Amino acid sequence: MLARLHLEPDEALRLQDELGKILDHFLALATVDTDGIPPMTHAVPMDLRLRDDEPGPSLPAAEALKGAPAREGDLFIVPAIIGGGRES
Amino acid sequence: MSTTEWLSVAETVQKVATGELTAVRVVDNYLARITNVDRELGAYLVVDSGDARTHAQEIDRKRAANQPIGPLGGVPIALKDVLVTKGLATTAGSKILEGWIPPYDAAVVERLRAAGAIILGKVNCDEFAMGSSTERSAYKRTKNPWDTSRVPGGSSGGSSAAVAAGLCAASLGTDTGGSIRQPAAFCGVVGLKPTYGRVSRWGVVAFASSLDQVGPLTRTVRDAALLLEVIAGLDPRDSTSLDQPVPKYTDAITGDVNGLRVGIPHEYFNATIDDEVRAAIEKTKLALVERGAVLVDISLPNTAHALPAYYIVAPAEASSNLARYDGIRFGKAAAGAKNLMDLYMRSRGAGFGPEVKRRIMLGAYALRSGYYEAYYKKAQQIRTLIKRDFDTAFQHVDVVLTPTTPTAAFRFGSKATPLDMYLADIFTLSCNLAGIPGMSVPCGLTVDGLPIGAQLLGRPLDEATLIRTGAVIEAAVGLGARRPGGIS
Repeated sequence: MLARLHLEPDEALRLQDELGKILDHFLALATVDTDGIPPMTHAVPMDLRLRDDEPGPSLPAAEALKGAPAREGDLFIVPAIIGGGRES
Repeated sequence: MSTTEWLSVAETVQKVATGELTAVRVVDNYLARITNVDRELGAYLVVDSGDARTHAQEIDRKRAANQPIGPLGGVPIALKDVLVTKGLATTAGSKILEGWIPPYDAAVVERLRAAGAIILGKVNCDEFAMGSSTERSAYKRTKNPWDTSRVPGGSSGGSSAAVAAGLCAASLGTDTGGSIRQPAAFCGVVGLKPTYGRVSRWGVVAFASSLDQVGPLTRTVRDAALLLEVIAGLDPRDSTSLDQPVPKYTDAITGDVNGLRVGIPHEYFNATIDDEVRAAIEKTKLALVERGAVLVDISLPNTAHALPAYYIVAPAEASSNLARYDGIRFGKAAAGAKNLMDLYMRSRGAGFGPEVKRRIMLGAYALRSGYYEAYYKKAQQIRTLIKRDFDTAFQHVDVVLTPTTPTAAFRFGSKATPLDMYLADIFTLSCNLAGIPGMSVPCGLTVDGLPIGAQLLGRPLDEATLIRTGAVIEAAVGLGARRPGGIS
């Protein structure tokens, strides 16, 4: 559910088996002593940069929405968020 | 009419700039060769012949008017299909993006166009760049031009095959765990993964954001340097992009490695590497020593942890990045969904292939509440250890030399389980985890005529030393004028 991925029953079984084997292989990591070791973020020391909060040219809405499977004007069309019916 | 398809980028630029060749002729020759050869090879997903010819005509017009044509003026380039291209279909090798036409160009594509390069088309790759053989593409099989019963490597397998087969002058790929260097090794071309942050990822279909980099696949080291000069540099649209000057990388090609200290990490030679690969690396070492380089035995003790660390970090980040493919904003939507959640589940279930599903599930598992410390955080800490190994090594050496892959190109279907396939990457993963630059340079052929790659790893932002060393290896033990015999 977390992955929001529909799996057929045989697919789910196969994945369970494969992932189990992969995760077993990764158990070795637990034996590595990482006490006090900071997690790595970037190869070169740097802080994430923020851009100035200035308006600039951007993609027109019509362009940006062109790839949507279903839309109406500047809006995406989605099925009902709650319940089972469709909104449109 | 002499052929132009085997010219290097450097030669093509020079001949177009002096008027010895027209850009239109260069493009037409590649288009003709693609028509003749690619039906068998399967490198291209889409060829943009119309736009390529139009842009070639523009270059020729500029040159006739004595206007500058740019540092890559008239050079036809193929792009891995994870780089978005305005008006040209971009699929990332996935059915979920089938038919999507991006409304903008990736930063690297903008830079290539501004430099006068001509985009020939988009080339095949493993779905969302997840794979080591290009067998995971949802669209087609790409063959290795040296032996069509074998894979071209992956995930940038369309790039390596197209460059090796003379179907473009050069290509751009992406490398998250070896996806430029491994296919370059398998196809006998040069592949360079720059330092993390060296090249903008704006407009690159994201796989694992703390690892992904864009880089060139070329037939010569000089060509890789030329392309890197164009694509490297700060881009405010990518917050991980480094604000560091871009050197003239071609100046690093001096032919001189006298006194260069080359580290040989024993961890890369104890594994089950193929005898012919081992022999080719020995020959490469000898060639460097003969030219005055000094070999230094070094240790990278955390090398064995790279594979599990990588296969936690990369899927975890992928599971988050791929959340955007939801069947609503772009890409394909499943028909007949009952509600919003159903639409998500069905669109993703139908649109993603098995390897992508495997990684999303693996990543979602690793990031699950209560598991973060044991998996993702642990893996990020191991990255620090791997990075420290390299920091220590680079206090004693200027560059590290290893095989790019344990074996030459393998046959289609020969990796039975996902883990078998993952193990094909064992020598390339550390470079991404540490964020350092890496390059694969051809260093010989097996008795069966399959290319072997030598991998060079360098200090952060020291691509120049890789290029300097790589050019010497290329001249001493490279493939020279030998071309793949698997295709006509």
